[in-house]
Amino acid sequence: MSDLSGLYQELILDHSRRRLGDGELAEPHATHHELNPTCGDEITMGIRLDASGTVLEAIGWTGDGCSISMASASALTELATGADLERVRTLVDEFRSMMRSKGAGEANEELLGDAIAFHGVSKYVMRVKCAMLAWVALEACVASASASASEAAEPA
Amino acid sequence: MTLDRTTAIDELLPTTLREDFPYLDQELNGHPLAYLDSGATAQRPIAVLDAERAYLEHSNAAVHRGASTLVGTSTSAFEEARETVAGFVGAGPREIVWTENATDAINMVALGMADAAAGLGGPEADVFRLGADDEIVVTEAEHHADLIPWQRLAAKTGATLRWIPVHDDGTWSIDDAASVIGPRTRLVAFGHVSNVTGFVAPAAEVVELAHRHGALVLLDACQSVPHRPTDFAALGVDFAAFSAHKMLGPTGIGVLYGREHLLDALPPARTGGSTITTVTMESASFLPSPQRFEAGTQPVSQAVALAEAVRYLDTLGMEQVHAHESALAELLVDETARIPGIRLIGPAAGVERAALASVDVPGVHAHDVGQFLDSQGIAVRVGHHCAQPLHRRLGLRATTRASAYVYTTTDEIHRFAAALAEVRRFFGVDA
Repeated sequence: MSDLSGLYQELILDHSRRRLGDGELAEPHATHHELNPTCGDEITMGIRLDASGTVLEAIGWTGDGCSISMASASALTELATGADLERVRTLVDEFRSMMRSKGAGEANEELLGDAIAFHGVSKYVMRVKCAMLAWVALEACVASASASASEAAEPA
Repeated sequence: MTLDRTTAIDELLPTTLREDFPYLDQELNGHPLAYLDSGATAQRPIAVLDAERAYLEHSNAAVHRGASTLVGTSTSAFEEARETVAGFVGAGPREIVWTENATDAINMVALGMADAAAGLGGPEADVFRLGADDEIVVTEAEHHADLIPWQRLAAKTGATLRWIPVHDDGTWSIDDAASVIGPRTRLVAFGHVSNVTGFVAPAAEVVELAHRHGALVLLDACQSVPHRPTDFAALGVDFAAFSAHKMLGPTGIGVLYGREHLLDALPPARTGGSTITTVTMESASFLPSPQRFEAGTQPVSQAVALAEAVRYLDTLGMEQVHAHESALAELLVDETARIPGIRLIGPAAGVERAALASVDVPGVHAHDVGQFLDSQGIAVRVGHHCAQPLHRRLGLRATTRASAYVYTTTDEIHRFAAALAEVRRFFGVDA
């Protein structure tokens, strides 16, 4: 555990600097603020769907936190932008189960791509919440956007 | 750093002292552990662990309940522990109330005052009754435990919560206090030593000022009692709170100090068995302090262990403990202040501070700093240290804090500083 390279893989450090998706999204269909009260890390995420209401067209977020939480938000943006909502839910579920693995097993590279770099973080129990922050926000955004979409679809 | 200076610091306390702390003799991530998180919780010497075990093996019985020989033994141990702790802080035994921890102790006062405002406690509780014209004063540097209970008390009573503002380095002066404390002030609550900046408050002056306006004073002494000679009677405070686990003692027990006549008048926030004189179906009358506050079964073995921790500190001598920590504080400041790109929070070099240093590494989040130190066997605290308003005031969200105690060596401080100097390079942030 003393070798930090398992935790801070180059990909993670890269994402923490690139911060893909950093910036408030104009006219979002749903937004969500997520806070990690133990450390004060926070993220406000907005998502926009396409005209059909089934594809995640754009993600934007503003946040402040450690390299793990910010890199995770960046990797999430890369992975989930352009995906249909069903796939986004699968990505969230898969990422969450990887973060609960405590480093065991193999991460699903086919689905998660570069985000498997966070597999190493799952061994550090105190940092799992950091990696999950953006994903919890995304999950809430998707749930809220789906709810308002189905409300709109209801006959008046 | 001269060899002479480090040797001189390390020899202020017995060099064999570390053998008393088995916890310290372990590895963390492949390195010898450097435990620099005593501000959060201290490690316990063998004598304290043994005292608790010996009580449980030979003297454990219900305290203050029944009349057997065994109860006599356990009750004596429990009350002797109270006398030992009282003597350590310049108090009488009736002025020492066992609580769950320091947070609980502060809540006990705030909740008792809310009860008084609600009409409980009779005329002798008048001194605690707040209303819309009254003010409660804290500082902007408070630990949440000494802030939120007062926010709640203000909300319940209609009183106004005000605060002494801090400067850019997190410190404040008696002049700052005088700009806030006035004729409307009914209670002033402040930390004796800041758990974030190490700032030592001008406690005696604040007490004098507050009392001049007829206000009560509560001192959060969590970071002072373990580290420096502290005499509540000499300071003149009305209430004080501290925790056992920060002073070589166990978790699960803290202390509320209060001047005897005030404790006897403060409505008990928690009621139940063993706090009462007479109970009818309609009402109850309460014993004097401390029993009126100690509802239900008490942390007895913990009280015995805390008394042993006090004896351990007394044997070292609190003057000597303080001298050791003042020297470590100076070393911490010297070593961290000269690392490029590091912001050290708190009093400037040369100004008194406790043996703790909170730092910000611009461009690297405190969690990442802490993780890097952790990988080198150095245990520190990261986060807002339960002081969000202070961090916000300093333009920060989180800091990395190293805090020392009796067993801390100069070598550990040097390791902390050396690792800190590597952080920016590791995370690719230019120095």
